[in-house]
Amino acid sequence: MNPFAYERASNAAGAVAAVAGHPGAAFLGGGTNLVDHMRLGVASPDLLVDITKLPFDRVEELPSGGVRIGAGVRNSDLAADQLIRSRYPMLSQALLSGASGQLRNLATTGGNLLQRTRCVYFQDVTTPCNKREPGTGCSAIGGYTRYHAILGASEHCVAVHPSDMAVAMVALDATVVVLGRLGERRVKLVEFHRLPGDDPWQDTVLGHGELIVAVELPALPFATRSAYRKVRDRASFAFALVSVAAALDVEGGTVRDARVALGGVAHKPWRATQAEAALRGAPATAESFRRAADAELAAARPLDGNAYKIPMVRNTMVAVLRDLSAEATP
Amino acid sequence: MSTSLANAPLEIRAIGLPLERIEGRAKVTGTAPYAYEQTVADPLYLHPVQATIARGKIASIDSAAAKALPGVVAIITHENAPRLASDKDKELWVLQSDAVGFRGQFIGAVIAQTPEVARQAASLVRVTYAEQPHEAELRADRSDLYAPKQVNPDYPTDTDEGDVEAALKAAAVTIDQTYSTPWENNNPMEPHTTVATWGDGKLTLYDSTQGAHSVRTMLAPLFGLKPEQMRVIAPHVGGGFGSKGTPHAHDVLAGLAAQAVPGRPVKLALTRQQMFSLAGYRTPTIQHFRLGADREGRLTAIVHEVIEQTSRIKEFAEQTAVPTRLLYASPNRRTSHRLAALDVPVPSWMRAPGETPGVCGNEMAMDELAVACGLDPIELRIRNDPPVDPESGKPWSGRNLVGCLREGARRFGWDQRDPAPRSRERDGWLVGLGVASSTYPRYAMPGSVASIRYGADRRYAVRIGAADIGTGTWTALTQIAADALGCPVEAIRMEIGDTDQPNATVEGGSSGITSWGTTIVAAARAFRAEHGDAPREGAEASAGMPENPDEKRFAMHSFGAQFAEVRVNVDTGEIRVPRMLGVFSVGRIINPRTARSQFIGGMTMGLSMALHEESVMDPRFGHVVTQDRRAPADARRAGPALEPDGFARDRRDRHCRRGGGDRQRRLARHRNPRAPPADHAGQGPVLSANTATRSSVIGRLRAARPASDNS
Ligand SMILES: Cc1cc2nc3c(=O)[nH]c(=O)nc-3n(C[C@H](O)[C@H](O)[C@H](O)COP(=O)(O)OP(=O)(O)OC[C@H]3O[C@@H](n4cnc5c(N)ncnc54)[C@H](O)[C@@H]3O)c2cc1C
Ligand code: SF4
Repeated sequence: MNPFAYERASNAAGAVAAVAGHPGAAFLGGGTNLVDHMRLGVASPDLLVDITKLPFDRVEELPSGGVRIGAGVRNSDLAADQLIRSRYPMLSQALLSGASGQLRNLATTGGNLLQRTRCVYFQDVTTPCNKREPGTGCSAIGGYTRYHAILGASEHCVAVHPSDMAVAMVALDATVVVLGRLGERRVKLVEFHRLPGDDPWQDTVLGHGELIVAVELPALPFATRSAYRKVRDRASFAFALVSVAAALDVEGGTVRDARVALGGVAHKPWRATQAEAALRGAPATAESFRRAADAELAAARPLDGNAYKIPMVRNTMVAVLRDLSAEATP
Repeated sequence: MSTSLANAPLEIRAIGLPLERIEGRAKVTGTAPYAYEQTVADPLYLHPVQATIARGKIASIDSAAAKALPGVVAIITHENAPRLASDKDKELWVLQSDAVGFRGQFIGAVIAQTPEVARQAASLVRVTYAEQPHEAELRADRSDLYAPKQVNPDYPTDTDEGDVEAALKAAAVTIDQTYSTPWENNNPMEPHTTVATWGDGKLTLYDSTQGAHSVRTMLAPLFGLKPEQMRVIAPHVGGGFGSKGTPHAHDVLAGLAAQAVPGRPVKLALTRQQMFSLAGYRTPTIQHFRLGADREGRLTAIVHEVIEQTSRIKEFAEQTAVPTRLLYASPNRRTSHRLAALDVPVPSWMRAPGETPGVCGNEMAMDELAVACGLDPIELRIRNDPPVDPESGKPWSGRNLVGCLREGARRFGWDQRDPAPRSRERDGWLVGLGVASSTYPRYAMPGSVASIRYGADRRYAVRIGAADIGTGTWTALTQIAADALGCPVEAIRMEIGDTDQPNATVEGGSSGITSWGTTIVAAARAFRAEHGDAPREGAEASAGMPENPDEKRFAMHSFGAQFAEVRVNVDTGEIRVPRMLGVFSVGRIINPRTARSQFIGGMTMGLSMALHEESVMDPRFGHVVTQDRRAPADARRAGPALEPDGFARDRRDRHCRRGGGDRQRRLARHRNPRAPPADHAGQGPVLSANTATRSSVIGRLRAARPASDNS
């Protein structure tokens, strides 16, 4: 762990200026990921700008019927929020399936989106890793890949994004509100995280010094019937092997609309657009759900240690859609 | 001391009571000092530098940048470290040569004013190597597998009785299977920590250890010290699971660092990541089983051939096939162990070395045999229960495995089990029930001494250098001492965990309470013989552990039956265990509360071993890559989602030892009218958790929440 300075930001613009003007600076949210990385030597910022006292700790209803979530809202508070629980149950479920109570009490919405991969080589500074040290190679390829990607990976990195929350948010088509030195910009969450390509050290499209101030969820009436299913080794306190977030709009036995996103499969929370397209207009049957899953998984490329994820994603997606459609038909 | 006094029955008053831990309040209020928390004057902090190759030589070490960091006091490497006296144990031959034997090995250390500076400086030390090709993967097809001279601690490597090949050929039913178990790391909650001070030719260690005296016995000669020049102090230890049973390289590193800065205490705490290479671990095993049986399931042949690894720099041979020698009866039995010496960290004791992987293999093979014979797995085990120890031919001091299996089956609802696969489904989960036997030898280690002194405070100071690694030693020994002296527990002042106290054997092999308790009883008798019931202030006596003649007459082991309900999710394949039950035949229970923790803990570890604990070693690098408990699930225990429920009835045998048995039996009957029948018991002359009494103990685990729920 290297020495670092600590500042507490009192306003957003000041926080942005402090970090943007200082190449070694980082924002500090709950610190549950960043501080671990500082201990492990994965990150060594020389200035931490604490943003937890900024006024971004509210969940507000938007005039459009959507919801705006402050970047500083803690994971526990967001999971317990009445608006979230009633309108977007999958998001509440996703949050509650993550980490532990203590961690969720600290973790912030912005920090959760920006948490980094749990790839064991990324976390071990004695092994090569393109994400941690550009150009050194990818140790996961040919190594321990049980938790790694089956979709969208590259020969330079096969890591997955570990967030549960982000998977539900991607299914809900969230927008990230970002403040930079030149003002605010809005980025669709589905475009916020990147695929690894040949520059896997870039997790997201965020520039240095850009501050997440909020996440906005558009109105989605049929999301009241939505679910998040996380498949994991332990019933608690374990990262996803794979996960599925889905919302289903069924009328008269036919799928009118659907939202599906996958976790644990790619470098980013994976919006399953192929599956969604296959579902729209199809009969709400197990057969259609299987076909939708297969459509999404057609592009899947397993590694040595994770071929199990393909049937696991298929089965889980079918099960989640089946349960949602059973709810729909009384 | 007169013989009549020596053998006088104990009046059992405190033994068997569920007393709370006497240090419990201090622990939960954070005032019980663990090694790293000991207050020492003006400490310095140590952070190791570790090898990043698995085999080769250090070519150069550049510590200029590290040295330049403000706050760095000294840097030690093989080039300047104080010399050690003996290279017999290469694990402890720390910073004495340029050779690297495994990835993660200590190759240097920084001593600094703060732990942060030490850690940062360690990361600035630049090392180049002359690397050699390494081998880190255990495979059965290696040509250089060898037979060790013996297996841990001193069992024969191979056994062969009867004619297994002929028996297999003639058998009506045979099983031929290979099982493997993974590398596992002990990972006690408290990391390995040491605070070392070198002053006036004397070395003092506050150490997180399972045996203060054994640390001194092994390390004093290494540092060229006489025993009286070294003191080891360990009043509280946050778990060890075998990994603190012997000193490891970090103890030596701390001692060397202290020598480099005489007079200043040096504090070292291994990080969680470092513990994967430096504190011992369980070897992976490859176990080849061949069983032969007649149509009724009676075993005619048992073959258990084990392949496992050790480190090239030091041999540790896990006794994986040893429990196979006594678990089930068969006229023809063969067991063997073969080792691969690899460029890997040094394996060592971990949570019942031998029994844990070996019984696991046995029980899988027996389950497969039950299917092949069309028999209930419990019935199969009962049919093969040996009346005497198959190995020695001696009678059991007590076995009662059959009683445990039957009682467990009754309590667990075994009759609801349908052996057909996928026959029970509930809410999207396939539900199955499973059973396994467990066994562990009864060890008592000679060599302990206890002293008792009557003080001005009208209390008896009972001193023995024993260890409490979270198991309840403080409390259990106090209970034994109280009954041995015939006084209330309040009149006992237990003093343990310090080499300034009389010698104690290591807290290992589940031998602690047996060995130390017996010693304390002997000391109490010596005290009463010399000083009577109204001692003067300052009266003192001591005694060593007496011999137990029963050890020669009986085969002494404990046994148990484990039951689990296992659910497998139909959609995802996830495995959840909502319910476990254990029934044990284990000897006298000194304190049901602390014993309960041991059983629940043991069952939790079994569950974790089966489902969660694989340490994944990447053979390209030669180290465990899942070395972060914050990383994915592999290296964690099952603890958090489980909550124990119900417990433990103590009962005593009719032939039990004099003193207190009646009252205990009444209590047990009252609470547990249908406890399994008592088994035969030997009558040892000493009180301890020996075979004179057998207790059946019920442990039960129940998942705190429904299997599919959130955390
Ligand atoms: C043991 C353990 C288990 C876990 N299990 C799970 C799990 O099962 N599922 C899961 O989803 N997660 C899990 N997590 C991860 C946890 O969700 C994240 O650590 C947490 O969400 C990060 O939030 P934080 O506020 O603490 O981020 P920090 O650690 O403070 O920050 C993370 C990163 O985000 C940056 N940052 C923070 N806020 C902002 C902002 N507003 N704008 C710009 N940059 C910002 C920081 O500079 C840093 O780079 C686990 C973590 C641990 C330690
Ligand atoms: S998968 Fe990505 S994060 Fe993991 S080692 Fe390869 S480059 Fe690094």
